[in-house]
Amino acid sequence: MSVQSPRSRSLGSSSRLARDLRRFLAVASVTLFALMVLTAYLSPFAYMTATALKDLEQFSRATGPLWPAREATHTYEGEDATYPVGDKEVTVRQGEEYPLYQVPTEEGTRKWALVVKRREESFFLDPNHLEQGLIQWAGRWRTLEPVWRFSPTWNFIEAWELIKFPRLLRNTAIIAIVGDIGTLLSCTAVAYGFSRFRIPGKNILFIVLIGTIILPSQVTLVPTYAFFTRIGWTGTFLPLIVPHFFANAYNVFLLRQYFMTIPRDLDEAAMIDGASPFRVLVSVILPQSIPVLVAVAIFHLVWAWNDYFQPYLYLSTRPDLQPISVGIQQFNTLYAQRPHMVQATSLMGLLLPVVIFFLAQRAFMRGVVITGVEK
Amino acid sequence: MAAISRLPPVLKRTRRKMSSLAHREAIWGLIFLSPWLIGFLIWTFLPMVLSLVFSFTDFNLLKPDEWRFIGFENYVHFFHDPQVKKSAWVTLRFMLIAVPVGLAVPLALAAMVNSKSLWAKPVFRTLFYMPYIVPLISVVYIWRGFLGTYTGWLNRFLESIGIPGPEWLDNVTWIYPALVIIGLWGAGNAMVIMLAGMQNVPTELYDAARVDGAGPLRVFFHITIPMISPVIFYNLILILIGAFQYFLIPWVIKGTTVGDPGGSTFFYNMYLFKTFFIYDEMGYAATLAWILFFTALAVTLLLFGTMKYWVYYAGGEE
Repeated sequence: MSVQSPRSRSLGSSSRLARDLRRFLAVASVTLFALMVLTAYLSPFAYMTATALKDLEQFSRATGPLWPAREATHTYEGEDATYPVGDKEVTVRQGEEYPLYQVPTEEGTRKWALVVKRREESFFLDPNHLEQGLIQWAGRWRTLEPVWRFSPTWNFIEAWELIKFPRLLRNTAIIAIVGDIGTLLSCTAVAYGFSRFRIPGKNILFIVLIGTIILPSQVTLVPTYAFFTRIGWTGTFLPLIVPHFFANAYNVFLLRQYFMTIPRDLDEAAMIDGASPFRVLVSVILPQSIPVLVAVAIFHLVWAWNDYFQPYLYLSTRPDLQPISVGIQQFNTLYAQRPHMVQATSLMGLLLPVVIFFLAQRAFMRGVVITGVEK
Repeated sequence: MAAISRLPPVLKRTRRKMSSLAHREAIWGLIFLSPWLIGFLIWTFLPMVLSLVFSFTDFNLLKPDEWRFIGFENYVHFFHDPQVKKSAWVTLRFMLIAVPVGLAVPLALAAMVNSKSLWAKPVFRTLFYMPYIVPLISVVYIWRGFLGTYTGWLNRFLESIGIPGPEWLDNVTWIYPALVIIGLWGAGNAMVIMLAGMQNVPTELYDAARVDGAGPLRVFFHITIPMISPVIFYNLILILIGAFQYFLIPWVIKGTTVGDPGGSTFFYNMYLFKTFFIYDEMGYAATLAWILFFTALAVTLLLFGTMKYWVYYAGGEE
């Protein structure tokens, strides 16, 4: 035994090493694969970010790099010097800026600063070899590719001020958060009613509720729009907020599914102790339902944050009340398209929901229960 | 009521004795249901009835006082309207690609970000979810640039590996894959729902399968998929309904030249929307909407009929 034990231990550790190695390889390969998929999936997002960091000038050019860039220049730092060019003289002064071009020469492509432009020939300075003086180059300088310098333009500040971002953000937040409160209150109550009470005709009512999911909004759009216009709600937040205080099928369904998984023992015990159904909901059901409440809150928040059609319909005459999704249109008018401003604004608008999703995702996942309980 | 009649006679009598209690319970239940009941009446039922009435009139917003009942004229017109046929065909062609792809991709993504071997899962999940939150206008701009024929990133990439890229947004065939790709950028929401389903699958099942020597693919197709089939079904319904009503992206992407190229994006719902907002023909728009509803309803019921063959409910029926 005493002889065997170190051997078996070493065997054990080597097999553990093999297991660790296998685990490491699995993690590395899956993560690498996921990273590749993610890169492809987010490449339009990279385009978005690059666009948000470009200056307007770069859009008007057909050529140029994909990333935000400007034409690089060279600032002459040597002594003032005068060179004969043809029958004239040209003075290169200290502190002057000259555009850099990629010039094909016999020794390969060089990055030279253009000093004198002529149609068929040009004169360059080599920034690395100033002592060579002006270099004559035969060819058309207009055919040369400029040297590009990575130069992100911080469009966020300009977009923030131009579009009055704080106002857009305030409008979006009011619509999303007040609507969220309405959704949580009403859907919780309705889901509780459907999951815990015997009501005559309950099953039919539930089928009708689920049926509203497949009802195209166009069916109700015309009369609803006419109704809101008649009572003077168009041009206010009310049509975007008030209906959410009257529950919706998606979230009632999610909440009910979750409530069905909560054992009834506790609420029956509370009921026997004389708690009212309302009390049972607040102090027994809700404390056990945090994940699904988080899920519903996020679903609604993100949906409302992004909804385009409804605010567009009801707030088209009131730019001061529009949320981000609609207000962003201001950069998209026919005569002044400013794609960099659109993307800068929407990146700013993205920040809050993405952070909320990231922080709440664990609870969120546990909240969505569609499997399991059918009736 | 049906539940009561199924009870044995003795219990039935007890239940009848407790009827005041049952009555109280029903009242409480209705109180909790009331937000939805009221909302349903105001924002769903009455508008539905009204739009049904509209569909039998020639109501036009330009002359709102001159409407009259015209019976089934709108419905007769519907079946002779050449644009209906074209637009229905456009929508159908789009659905044939969009629905299967729109179901498979979120499923695959969910399986990937659910993998035990994935490092930094929360980050991956958030990043795959993120494009879903990008505002519509911005999405349209991004994809117009990204899918541009000559300067678009996708075609530049294809060119660099030797494939000539198509005119994604200006070709009557390629526009459909292009729209599906754009739609996939919002797959994050469906992915999250599928992922939640996968996380509710009991781990014992996976352990048992692994002990029996099943590989990852087998586990996925024989355990994960059946176990989350209710979630897949839920997503299928949502995608299908979404596809029936699809029009907003091509509407915004094409701006003033709605329906281009060559009418290939003149979706059914776009025709409906145009009839409503641009031609102001409320009567005919209501007819188009109701027929859309009946079609969606029929397809959904058909799917519910197939449910028992492939959707598995772990709890079974009570």
